[in-house]
Amino acid sequence: MANIFAFAEARNGELRKVALEAVTAARKLADSTGGEVLALLVGAPGISAKAEQLAQHGADVVFVCEHEGFTQYNPEATAALAAEKIKGGGYRAAVFTTSAQGRDLAPRVAAKLGVSLVTDVIGVELAGDVLTVKHPMNIGKVIATVDIAATPAIIAIRPNTFTPAQNAKAGRVESVQPVGDPSASRVVVKELIQGGGGKLDLADAPVVIAGGRGLKAAENFKLVEDLADAFGNAAVGATRAVTDDGWRPHSDQIGQTGRLVSPDLYIAVGISGAVQHLAGMRTSRTIVAINKDKDAPIFKVADYGIVGDVFEVVPALTAAVREARRGH
Amino acid sequence: MDVRFKIGADGTSIDDSGLKYDINDFDAWAVEAALQLKEKAGQGEVVVLSLGPDSVAETIRKALSMGADKGVHLKTDKIPFDGFAIASALAAELKDGGYDLIFFGKMSPDSSNGIVGPIVAEMLGLPCVTAISKLDIADGKGTAKRELEGAQEIVEFPLPAVLTVDEGLNTARYPSLKGIMAAKKKPLEVKPAALGDKKVAVKKLELPPERAAGRIIGEGAAAVPDLIKALQTEAKVL
Repeated sequence: MANIFAFAEARNGELRKVALEAVTAARKLADSTGGEVLALLVGAPGISAKAEQLAQHGADVVFVCEHEGFTQYNPEATAALAAEKIKGGGYRAAVFTTSAQGRDLAPRVAAKLGVSLVTDVIGVELAGDVLTVKHPMNIGKVIATVDIAATPAIIAIRPNTFTPAQNAKAGRVESVQPVGDPSASRVVVKELIQGGGGKLDLADAPVVIAGGRGLKAAENFKLVEDLADAFGNAAVGATRAVTDDGWRPHSDQIGQTGRLVSPDLYIAVGISGAVQHLAGMRTSRTIVAINKDKDAPIFKVADYGIVGDVFEVVPALTAAVREARRGH
Repeated sequence: MDVRFKIGADGTSIDDSGLKYDINDFDAWAVEAALQLKEKAGQGEVVVLSLGPDSVAETIRKALSMGADKGVHLKTDKIPFDGFAIASALAAELKDGGYDLIFFGKMSPDSSNGIVGPIVAEMLGLPCVTAISKLDIADGKGTAKRELEGAQEIVEFPLPAVLTVDEGLNTARYPSLKGIMAAKKKPLEVKPAALGDKKVAVKKLELPPERAAGRIIGEGAAAVPDLIKALQTEAKVL
């Protein structure tokens, strides 16, 4: 029997989808050995209302730490608390997420515990004493199978890989105290700037429409935005060439140095398919490419391709998607 | 440039014969950030530290040719995978350096873990801000911007500190011919890396499954109805 720890990521008082993914992945591991899932949730007073959702996804116990100092992400105080909870709990593994917050938090916690960790985990298995994970490396061109013998094994799972599953458990809420004073952290988040009003983020969107140089000018991203709008559940991304030229913000860049996305549907508009771009989207479930060059490398990874002028094809596709969705 | 990786005979490492190593983008931006701060201050020293086999020396030379003052190469047989082991060796070297700022790239595209910077910070007891895309330093304090999913954080921290660099912070300069010549005379200290015990081990490397061959639906707007049909009936995503 092995108990598993899960860190439930929240931002601005709301759970993020990756929190449910972490609990789901932890539940799977715990079930393979008959153990329990204990989740940690930190936030401003009131965050405990979110514990119920974690219980629904498989948390037996939810540790909740409410403090004004946790209103924004507080890396030092959160790491100190997570490390202390993990240290005392005899866990076989602790599950974090490979989000901006998780990438920051998980290594701090591992260092405090004196163990290593593996991030961007796309598969995990516990067999006997050994926890084995799958981890893409070398810009996604090699998959490593890594054994983590140390206890606890710290892993950070890749977002959109472990689909949140309902698996209701008691989710007994245990209120916990911070370690030290969270208001005394050296590193302080002064401000959280939220992105464009209510738009889906690339990491969370089931559909991603990405544009490349083939769009020829910044204003032509309107075509991509219109197509995203037609889907209703789509986010807009871009290639590095486009963000380097300032057509789109860097935060929209999908690829080796940018965001990793793995949506149900990825539509590449005027993107040739440089290997650095493919590194950020090749695990998407269905890939569609629209490009005027029939030899563009993007067609090698695309499930469906249309060879043609994006200025002709995309508006037609936008109209057809609107029509198809109206039929639903 | 499309690199095809080959798995080595041991099944746990990349066969790097014929591969050319270069400084990765995140690290180049980290070096650039340090150089810009030194230039702005009009004084100071930029030291470049790297860990790995002989191929790393060339990477350090590149940073020296960009303008760094000296290099330290912590030598290992192979590129280790274990970020904790790497951080241990780096922290031991950095411990008594008296640095105001320690920059890392946010992640190495090789092992793709992105954990070394914050682990080093913990080991040294220094404040750390990861994945920064904007930085201001004034009066012993720093303000940085971090990129989140669909949002940004403005973060304040005291110096000395550890920072890891994301895209957007700057554009790395190319070494000038003069810089390349000067780099040849700059000091590069080589010593063994104190990696310590490995805590995670690569058991196997494999190439990801190729995506099943897709198909070209057709040409131009005329192909749109067939694409819609495929998305509805085959892929079931519409």
